[in-house]
Amino acid sequence: MNKQSLPNSPAESVQKDSRRKGKAGGTRPLESVMRTIFFICGFIAIAFVLVITIYLIISGLPAIREIGLVNFLFGEEWASTAKEPKFGILPMILTSIYGTAGAIVIGVPIGFLMAVFLSKVAPRKVAAVVRPVVDLLAGIPSIVYGLVGLMVLVPFIRETFNTAAGESLLAAIVVLAIMILPSIISVSETALNAVPKEYEEASLALGATDIETYFRVSAPAAKSGIAAAVVLGVGRAIGEAMAIMMVAGNVANMPSLLSSVRFLTTGIAVELAYSSGLQRQALFSIGLVLFLFIMCINVILNVFLKRDKEG
Amino acid sequence: MRNIKETGLDQRGAVQGLSARRKAYNLGMRAIIYVAAVLVVALLVFLLGYILYRGLPNLSWEFLTSEESVVRDIQGIGPAILNTVYVIVATLIVVLPLGVGAAIYLTEYATNHKLVAAIEFATETLAGIPSIIYALVGVLVFAESLALGKTLIAGAFTLVIMVLPTVIRTTQESLKTVPQAYREGSLGLGSGKWHMIRTVVLPSSIDGIVTGCILAIGRIVGESAVLLYTVGMSMQMQDFFRNGLESFFSASGSTLSVALYVYAKVRADFDLAFSVAVVLIIITLVINLAASLAGRKLKK
Repeated sequence: MNKQSLPNSPAESVQKDSRRKGKAGGTRPLESVMRTIFFICGFIAIAFVLVITIYLIISGLPAIREIGLVNFLFGEEWASTAKEPKFGILPMILTSIYGTAGAIVIGVPIGFLMAVFLSKVAPRKVAAVVRPVVDLLAGIPSIVYGLVGLMVLVPFIRETFNTAAGESLLAAIVVLAIMILPSIISVSETALNAVPKEYEEASLALGATDIETYFRVSAPAAKSGIAAAVVLGVGRAIGEAMAIMMVAGNVANMPSLLSSVRFLTTGIAVELAYSSGLQRQALFSIGLVLFLFIMCINVILNVFLKRDKEG
Repeated sequence: MRNIKETGLDQRGAVQGLSARRKAYNLGMRAIIYVAAVLVVALLVFLLGYILYRGLPNLSWEFLTSEESVVRDIQGIGPAILNTVYVIVATLIVVLPLGVGAAIYLTEYATNHKLVAAIEFATETLAGIPSIIYALVGVLVFAESLALGKTLIAGAFTLVIMVLPTVIRTTQESLKTVPQAYREGSLGLGSGKWHMIRTVVLPSSIDGIVTGCILAIGRIVGESAVLLYTVGMSMQMQDFFRNGLESFFSASGSTLSVALYVYAKVRADFDLAFSVAVVLIIITLVINLAASLAGRKLKK
């Protein structure tokens, strides 16, 4: 996408202009100073990524080396403050994967159908009222979702399933599903709106009903945008910490729907404030694992978005 | 967008000639669309209604403005509101020049495709990193390596990295909308490149920069993980005005989101937590309105 858009970009053509103009711009010392300053500003994003990556690797590796990669990734017990501490993060990895998958399974169908509703079915006035509220939902701080989850969902689960504590994987999944809804709705809606009118008109003219057109023509045409929405949702869900910290219970059990669980993110969040020594280093190792997950997701997201723009 | 309705076809008439299977498909799919829509709307109404119902009764002018005091039995989030403002101001002072500068470099100066692609990839990456990783980095880099400790300034620096992509992207969008003729006109009249940017390009893209600011403020207000670990959760008033800038480098304190966490998880004072939630939702509402106003101006 970059390569295609650049030849028409302002920089390119103006660059030619100033070259043609020759020395008028080049000889002024202020011009070259500003050029350097802007270059540094531009480069700083790259520098930040490098710093984050290097710091995470440097501070994450020692603990992994000490614990052993296999013990760390596949150990089933996390007991960081025990006399003989154990640092196995398999429960957290699995919890993060199950939690994210659960949120996607609940959130994506509802979000997609809502996007179809807003983009195609809803009367213009209804959509104009609902859309800003969905945006508001996207802007509400995650901690507020955690609070509502803690006060509404957790007691509900405790009473419905007769468990000792309602803080569970299930509660976390529902909170995550609600939190990823707004981004799934708005990204899918944008994709659906971008489907060329002619596709839908052709489908209708061939005798398909409106509903058939939405699901068999519009949705497939918008599929890479919708895929991007799903990946974005995965990224959001796997990276969320504060909201699920309030509803998940934070005990590092192997995941099951109604038991208290600890995610990769909450694994860091719970112990970061008071940890020291190897325990602290192990938290940075968790951070490194989480970072690798996120980087994979980002790369996948970029592929989908690029494909979308290239048509 | 709404082409189908505008075609004027009578859909009900069209459905009548269909086979039973297609009829069932149409009915079923239409039904689940409406079920999903009703579900989402009901959820929205419930969420907002519940938060307002729980939070509004305790919300008072006194709660918003005073500092909490155990002795006088007063609860208040005055310090948290002030801290939020301080963190926002400190972050924006650093991130605005950086982000706008980066966007200017990308649209006005850069000619190397690979470098542009690398910077844009780095920006995307920063945007995708979850806040708990930023919290880790903030603790590692700013609080420990640079020995800033748990202070507002350490939190602000961490947030700079976090909101940088937002500022770069919105500024870039609006720089791209500045007509090429403006640039050519300015250069043709003999101005240098920096002069052109300062007098022609930046003034015409100010709306985008404002939008970037508003979105950045939104993220800062909503952030809790980073601030919890880099700034701390003290609920006391920071006396900047008496002690001056020096205290800014040594002060720690909770912002609104962190105050909500403290009330809910540390003190189990849920009514007050909901009151803070109401304040946060009102701020979010104002930010969304402001952003869409600025965005609309941008389109014009």
